[in-house]
Amino acid sequence: MKITQTKSFKIFSDPFLKNNPIFMQMLGICSALAVTVQLKTAFVMGLSLTFVLAFSNLIISLLRNVIPRNIRMIVELSIIATLVIIADEMLRAFLYDISKQLSVFVGLIITNCIVMGRAETFALGNPPGLSFLDGLGNGIGYGTVLVAVAFIRELLGSGRLFGYSVIPRSFYAAGYEDMGFMLLAPAAFIIIGLLVWLQNSIVKD
Amino acid sequence: MENLISIFLNSVFVGNILLAYFLGMCSFVAISKNMDTSIGLGLAVVFVLTLTAPVNWLIYNYLLAPGALSWAGFEEVDLSFLKFIMFIAVIAAMVQAVEMIIDRYSQTLYNALGVFLPLIAVNCAILGTSLFMVERDYSFSESIVFGFGSGAGWMLAIVSMAAIRIKLRYANVPKGLEGFGITMIVTGLMAMGFMLFSGITL
Repeated sequence: MKITQTKSFKIFSDPFLKNNPIFMQMLGICSALAVTVQLKTAFVMGLSLTFVLAFSNLIISLLRNVIPRNIRMIVELSIIATLVIIADEMLRAFLYDISKQLSVFVGLIITNCIVMGRAETFALGNPPGLSFLDGLGNGIGYGTVLVAVAFIRELLGSGRLFGYSVIPRSFYAAGYEDMGFMLLAPAAFIIIGLLVWLQNSIVKD
Repeated sequence: MENLISIFLNSVFVGNILLAYFLGMCSFVAISKNMDTSIGLGLAVVFVLTLTAPVNWLIYNYLLAPGALSWAGFEEVDLSFLKFIMFIAVIAAMVQAVEMIIDRYSQTLYNALGVFLPLIAVNCAILGTSLFMVERDYSFSESIVFGFGSGAGWMLAIVSMAAIRIKLRYANVPKGLEGFGITMIVTGLMAMGFMLFSGITL
């Protein structure tokens, strides 16, 4: 059996395109779009979410047989909140500028529906290894969308990528102007809408 | 007073928690299909936000902020890193308490809001408002107004979205864009409309 046909690989790769958490399940858009003005912040946000999601899935899956059913929500929330605090403190320690720009949005990972959703639907019923892969896959799937939106917004909005100017000076001299609208909130909604359209046309069934 | 009015107007229109900060999107997309449930959820959000913002303000300023514990003799303690877990616990507990109180005293209100209250505990708009309140250093009275204003803004957005979606049923939307895609684009247009309020100053 080739590696691409194993169950673990499928669980890991499914959330990229076919079952992307943002496009297909409409989860986790909260807290996602606000950080997509720049690639740098979007990238760090995607990374933090992947970290939280993978480890919350792993821990909840390890505990899945000992958590009493009727208080499982509060247990899940405290595990997730603890991981978010770790992520936030790490960002503050090593990437202080970016953590200032992300402001409250790292904290909002706690209420991101993807994290709770994966814990409820996957981690509670599957072994730790697979749950970890599922978390990793969903985190990367989410990060990809974030980075795609940020790429469009930063390129068209300020003519930069990762903070470096990429549009040649001669373009500006010839009358090209950055689209300031891309940096405002409505642009993020519209780009997401158009990306969903694109994704629906590529993945038919 | 003027300050409070401007915080209120800002949180309802220009800095709308949904349209400018993208908070509470999940329930917005899922619930706005139906007018009645949108109004119910909107009211529940206003209610819970008006309560949780001031309560979280008290907890942050008397327990967690750097130096907040000086009344107990611990002047150098800084527990602000605990704010995420404290806020979410307070919100979950408040939602539970509110649900029980409403159930006991007003059956009609319970029937209208009851189903939505548990959903709200994990609505990003609620936690987001508390975190913004800390970040922007609001005073106690400002935090009440900000909580109420954010809730009202969120409700305004979801109710108008529900109204637009009723009309959208008769529109000829391209295949593939139906559902989630067109909802996002309409929300974008709505956000643009709300931005026009940014010219208003008091």
